[in-house]
Amino acid sequence: MSCVLVIDYNMGNVDSMRRALEECGAEVIFGHREEHFEAASHIVLPGVGSFPAGMANLHRLGIPHKIHKYVVSTRVPLLGVCLGMQLLAESGTEGEPTAGLGLISGQVVPLLPRSGERIPHVGWNTVEPKRDTPLLAGLGTGGDCYFVHSFHFLCGSPESVVATTDYCGGFVSVVNCDNIWGTQFHPEKSQIVGMKILRNFLSLN
Amino acid sequence: MLKTRIMPTLLYKDTTLVKGVGFDSWRRVGSLMQSIKVYNLRQVDELVFLDITATRDGREPDFELIDEFADECFMPLAVGGGIRTVEHVRRLLAVGADKVVINTIAYEDPSIISEICRTFGAQCVVVSIDYRVGGDGSRKVHTHSGTQERSMTIVEMAKLAEERGAGEIMLTCIERDGTLSGYDLPGLAEVSAAVGIPVIASGGAGSYEHMCDALTVGHADAVAAASMFHFTEQTPLEAKRYLAQQGLRVRL
Repeated sequence: MSCVLVIDYNMGNVDSMRRALEECGAEVIFGHREEHFEAASHIVLPGVGSFPAGMANLHRLGIPHKIHKYVVSTRVPLLGVCLGMQLLAESGTEGEPTAGLGLISGQVVPLLPRSGERIPHVGWNTVEPKRDTPLLAGLGTGGDCYFVHSFHFLCGSPESVVATTDYCGGFVSVVNCDNIWGTQFHPEKSQIVGMKILRNFLSLN
Repeated sequence: MLKTRIMPTLLYKDTTLVKGVGFDSWRRVGSLMQSIKVYNLRQVDELVFLDITATRDGREPDFELIDEFADECFMPLAVGGGIRTVEHVRRLLAVGADKVVINTIAYEDPSIISEICRTFGAQCVVVSIDYRVGGDGSRKVHTHSGTQERSMTIVEMAKLAEERGAGEIMLTCIERDGTLSGYDLPGLAEVSAAVGIPVIASGGAGSYEHMCDALTVGHADAVAAASMFHFTEQTPLEAKRYLAQQGLRVRL
């Protein structure tokens, strides 16, 4: 059975993530200490909130160092969700410019609405895979997932773009680099499609 | 493309699901947990839970109760009623709410909107605006479950909420609430034109056509309904099928 560490850094709806992962058959641990990272077969970085507040909390709890050790060196699969995905970037421009975890090349910038579009981007929208990837296996040409965000991940390298979504001229909704993944949408709130993606994540090793 | 959301609203008093007319004459309509399970099974787009008496009775949100409900919800969940502080918001998000719905406190102390946004992001704050249409056609904000009339108009309040960083507006016309007679389209159109954040239409839905009107004439981004789903045979899924036939984008 997978043992998933959901990183607890005081940034939002962590309980829904726990329930969704348990529904997928995983054992979930919640925390940020070394022994939690040590025990994990998979790691999820959840989060809602602002980029600077998220990074400040990660630093305060000494998490970036542990992510580097377990995810970059030991190559435990990591899934960043929503703010958790954005924090994987090199930097964010929400509020004051802030350095991110720098795990995937790119910058987090505001969505720029076209005529008739409202910000935040809230609701169900189609995730369109751009390449075959185990995380999105079984999604075919696309599935509807739940989004709620005002910023997006501008990838530094086209290889990290796994899926895009049509809003504000199109933005990256799934990123990947090696064993590190991120979804801008909330798989834990995206019902059948979201559960499929979480199960796919749990089958990565 | 972004899909239009159909959002069942669950109003409750203690642990009982209730529905009224014009924010009054509350009647019991069943078990809250039962409804949540049904909506979860039916994969609705999003649920709104509102504790209608918390603020009026000076109570804080019932975190344990929300925790129990949220455990059954694998869909987006907006929770309101009794929220007065940033700490309330933190606790609600921690037990599984995705968004909080604030009403009275947003009017009395708009700085809380910015404070919540700074910590948890704009996307999690829905400012709910309840109002009545005056004899002169003015639309004045009402707080405390509709019991206190305020001087601000809905457009002024919506703009203020947006300025302070709210993520969405939920606009409820009190006279329409529970009447199944259709949303207040002029009010919706006014607010939708005045702000750039999504607007959720609420109060008055009685048919799929009403929902379509709210979206096309009122320019709402999402439609909420309670009585229509409690007291008629109509369902969120059929609503979406109807809207799709009208050329609107929905998730089927």
